[in-house]
Amino acid sequence: MSTASSGFKLSEWLFTTDHKRIGVLYLIGSVAAFAVAGIMALLIRLEQMSPGPTIVSDAYVGGDQYNVWLYFHGAAMILGFLIPGLTGFAANYLLPLMIGAKDVAFPRINALSVWLFWAGIVVALLTFVVPDKPDVMWTGYPPYSIKTGGNLALYVFTVHLIGFSSILASVNFLVTITYMRAPGIGWFQLNMFTWSCFTAFIIQLVFVPVLAAAVTLLLLDRYLGTHFYDPANGGDVLLYQNLFWFYSHPAVYVIFLPAMGIFYEIYATMAKNPIFNYKAAVYGMCGIVLISGEVWVHHLYYSGMPDWLRIGQMVTTLLISVPVGLMTISLFGTLYRGAITFNTPMYYGTAALYLLIIGGLTGIPLAITVLSVHLGETSFTHAHFHFIMGIFATFSVFAAVDFWFPKIAGRMLNEKQARLGFWFNFIGVNVTFWPLFIIGVQGMPRRYWDYSQFPPHFADYHKVATIGAFIVAIGMVLTISNWIISAIKGQRATDNPWGSRSLEWTHTATPPGPGNFPKDVVVEAGWTPYDYK
Amino acid sequence: MRKKSMKRVVSVMAMLGVGLPILWAHAGAQGAVPDPAASWNHLWHEVLVDLFVIGGVFLAAGLFWVYKYRATRPGQIGTAPKLTALAAIGFAVIPAFLFMADDFYLAAKGWTVWNEYRNVPRNALEVKVTGMMWNWTFEYDNGVVTTFDPDSKTGDGLVVPVGRAVVLRMTSTDVVHSFFLPEYRVKEDLMPGRVTYLWFQPKAAGETLATCAEFCGNRHSFMWTKVKAVPAAEFDTWMAGMKRQGA
Repeated sequence: MSTASSGFKLSEWLFTTDHKRIGVLYLIGSVAAFAVAGIMALLIRLEQMSPGPTIVSDAYVGGDQYNVWLYFHGAAMILGFLIPGLTGFAANYLLPLMIGAKDVAFPRINALSVWLFWAGIVVALLTFVVPDKPDVMWTGYPPYSIKTGGNLALYVFTVHLIGFSSILASVNFLVTITYMRAPGIGWFQLNMFTWSCFTAFIIQLVFVPVLAAAVTLLLLDRYLGTHFYDPANGGDVLLYQNLFWFYSHPAVYVIFLPAMGIFYEIYATMAKNPIFNYKAAVYGMCGIVLISGEVWVHHLYYSGMPDWLRIGQMVTTLLISVPVGLMTISLFGTLYRGAITFNTPMYYGTAALYLLIIGGLTGIPLAITVLSVHLGETSFTHAHFHFIMGIFATFSVFAAVDFWFPKIAGRMLNEKQARLGFWFNFIGVNVTFWPLFIIGVQGMPRRYWDYSQFPPHFADYHKVATIGAFIVAIGMVLTISNWIISAIKGQRATDNPWGSRSLEWTHTATPPGPGNFPKDVVVEAGWTPYDYK
Repeated sequence: MRKKSMKRVVSVMAMLGVGLPILWAHAGAQGAVPDPAASWNHLWHEVLVDLFVIGGVFLAAGLFWVYKYRATRPGQIGTAPKLTALAAIGFAVIPAFLFMADDFYLAAKGWTVWNEYRNVPRNALEVKVTGMMWNWTFEYDNGVVTTFDPDSKTGDGLVVPVGRAVVLRMTSTDVVHSFFLPEYRVKEDLMPGRVTYLWFQPKAAGETLATCAEFCGNRHSFMWTKVKAVPAAEFDTWMAGMKRQGA
């Protein structure tokens, strides 16, 4: 039963208020940001291949060129790809379908969200056009960000646009999940992905305004001569770092939670099992919401904070392992006595097991104040957050696109190419980041383009990491080109190719038409999206 | 009655979870001469063992299940047993207590070493460090100032005597920097408007380096200095020479 519209009209896409099309617009924007930020990553890796200038012009302007790549890579990957890829694309496309709703609560506000996001991407891309390119890192710490000749306004406006987009989306989806569930769907019958987004949106709603305020003060300090962060006039340098990380650590969970949610869906469907200990995992997610706001000082362990705060937040940071542990047990347990069919999404799912363990556990030494005093700001930290936030979350977006591709495009992916892409991606990330773990422990600092002062063997490790990055690049090209080609020429998909029990597969056409469901959804008592018996 | 015994069970578990790790961590923590870098290495190895055990168990279970529970025929469904209420609570509470116990154990261990890091020995040599884009200067208590130029590799940098603790009182004149001594396993940020400190214990003569670990712009990668630990007598001679030069 196909309900595809007749032909392609650009205006239909630009002015759409349909959550599915808005979801696809988010996907296109975030993949574009990902591609440009990925090219920046390759430039960074090429430069680090040898100490001294490798691809930068010379030792004097090298830092300026390199810092722009770092800035764009970090800002675009987090603000332009991971957050919008998960809470923009995946949440938009899937949440209304999973709860049996015709659309979100406020479709026009939803359209405004995606426009703001696109505007944010455009402003971020201006980096490459203006002569005073921003070089403030994605963190924008003052006083550097106020003193530098690089453009600070572009950074602040990117954060504002994407921040407002996030706040509007949070309100929209919290209302949608609370009030628009189909009759019969109770809170403990929701999909795990729905729960993960619900908790992520609570975090976003509470913390994004803090970031918006922090960067606004930065703007005022730089361009209007205020002194919020200027100690010479009664301001405080650390105020910014506190405000910034008060948002930005919870932001990690805005990425982590939906990423876990996606893997729960894939595990349950591909293993044909219910979620193991569903309620414990849901309480785990709620636990993360509660703890997420009390851990930011672990980013300031060696910033001169009072000792009692450094120790207090070491304990809260370590305790994050409790809710995350419950969620992990629940994820692994879903495989127990399952009947697992392997397709590309499940390949990513299996890789996620490993990424979650390595990325999660390498966070533990960084949570211990005194260990972090050596490991922080080294490439150990860099490899840690790339494993958990970079790769784990990026793999979740890839797995989500591959898993729901038949639903979204109405066509099947080229499975062979998708698998080949997976192997390049998986091998590549390991080749890239393991060497960085090792030299990180030996003292290799982050954000260095030259490291001649360190032992010569660091260069060998950097070379291996650079080779890894190019292996990943091949995987990314294979993966993303597959989406584009298969969306046009793939084999037609059936309504429920994976045999899922979740509403977006059982009750809609492929792809779903306007209004989502041919008739209003009502589920019978005891229905769950994981009922395979 | 039932409620009371439940309460007792919970309180015993809480005591085991919180109390034991702290006791365990404190046993034998007192040493004679504190050496933070050695304590750091020791703790790091212990944490690595901890992580290998936890990671190994999870990874083995996960990969084994991925392998063992492959579907053997199309249309097959999983046969996971339905959890009873008690089992569901058990699978949440027991791991939660285990994780918490490990967290408190690691926190207590970390706190012990942390105290070493923050309590400066009494006879420590005090040096004022000023960070600026993109250089460090070191001022000793007798007014001698040294510096180091990473391009020409000239200048003494930070010179310290072996066997005496060194405490650095640090501030910055412009942006945030971080004084990172990889060999001594320590770093602390410097910023305008505040004075921060760190201390370390040079155990043997030799040259190591300190480098900036907080992003500070164009020459961030080049903001490093030599750190030279020399025998006490040699240090005194050097200091006398510096003083004469200054006078």
